[in-house]
Amino acid sequence: MEHRDGFDDRLRKARTRQGLDPEPVKGTGGLPTGPWGIGFRAGVEVVSALVVGAAIGFGLDRWLGTFPWLFLVFFVVGGAAGVLNIYRLFNPRPGARP
Amino acid sequence: MAAEGKTIDALSQFELIPVLGPVGRAVGFSQSNAHMLLAVGLVSLLMLAGIRKRALVPGRLQAASEMFYEFIENLVTGQVGHEGKKYFPFVFALFMFVLFGNLIGLLPYAFTYTSHIAVTLGLAATVFFVTTIVALALHGKKFFGYFFPEGAPLWLAPIIVPVELVSYLSRPISLSVRLFANMVAGHVLLKVFATFVVLLGGLGMIGPVAALLPLSVNVLLVGFEILVAFLQAYVFAILTCIYLHDAVHLH
Repeated sequence: MEHRDGFDDRLRKARTRQGLDPEPVKGTGGLPTGPWGIGFRAGVEVVSALVVGAAIGFGLDRWLGTFPWLFLVFFVVGGAAGVLNIYRLFNPRPGARP
Repeated sequence: MAAEGKTIDALSQFELIPVLGPVGRAVGFSQSNAHMLLAVGLVSLLMLAGIRKRALVPGRLQAASEMFYEFIENLVTGQVGHEGKKYFPFVFALFMFVLFGNLIGLLPYAFTYTSHIAVTLGLAATVFFVTTIVALALHGKKFFGYFFPEGAPLWLAPIIVPVELVSYLSRPISLSVRLFANMVAGHVLLKVFATFVVLLGGLGMIGPVAALLPLSVNVLLVGFEILVAFLQAYVFAILTCIYLHDAVHLH
């Protein structure tokens, strides 16, 4: 039975707001998607992954005295992680909202 | 100050100068710290003054504080879900601190503390540790399954695990560099065009007319920087929410 003042609708919204009902799945309410924003974000993701990879490799090399081998390996790993970051940027993990 | 010796000096605005005389010099209390305290004070004032009356029909301050509150609350519940409500204070504090840092920095003579990588990396490291600890506390050992997707062939583990690990560790770096780079770039641009105004203005007869051009660019830039200030604070908050979502739901 539908009330005229939209009571059911308001009740449903209130229940959702308080976490009693599961939330209806929304579209991407996510990050701003201008061309500059996406481009800058992608660049930062690649560079930061590269930096972290190179830093880990360099640190391990300093510790183990195997310069430059681990540095080279982790540089490549960092590059792969950068590409993975970009992939995640456009295809988030299944189930994860953006 | 910028046009001394007819050169463009765009980076001296980011120098840290001790304030409060000898006491500040002794403990390393710079203008950056002073502006952080100012931002915290202004945020507290806004919230305290906003909720003081608790009017049914909100006044201006109350409307502003309610707007910020609802904005972040929608962000947190929208991104993390209802389990995310307990992390609301964390995200709200981060958002307001970054936003006020960006906005205060746009005032003349003010300092932008978000233009220092040390500050943004500190904030991003806090986010990183909080999300990791939340994930560990909620999921225990299962958290490490995050670094190896289910169903992948086991012999790929030596490749996938380091890549996923580096990708996870790169989060605080990208979070901090994004904010830092945006703020630095904006303020350098403002300073460069402001210097053009001064340099062109000294060119005799046509000087003042020519100086109008960089001046109008600067007016546009200030408007753009206000947009960037809001946008970067929003991006910082929403990425924190996304990381919290990953930590809570562990996909």
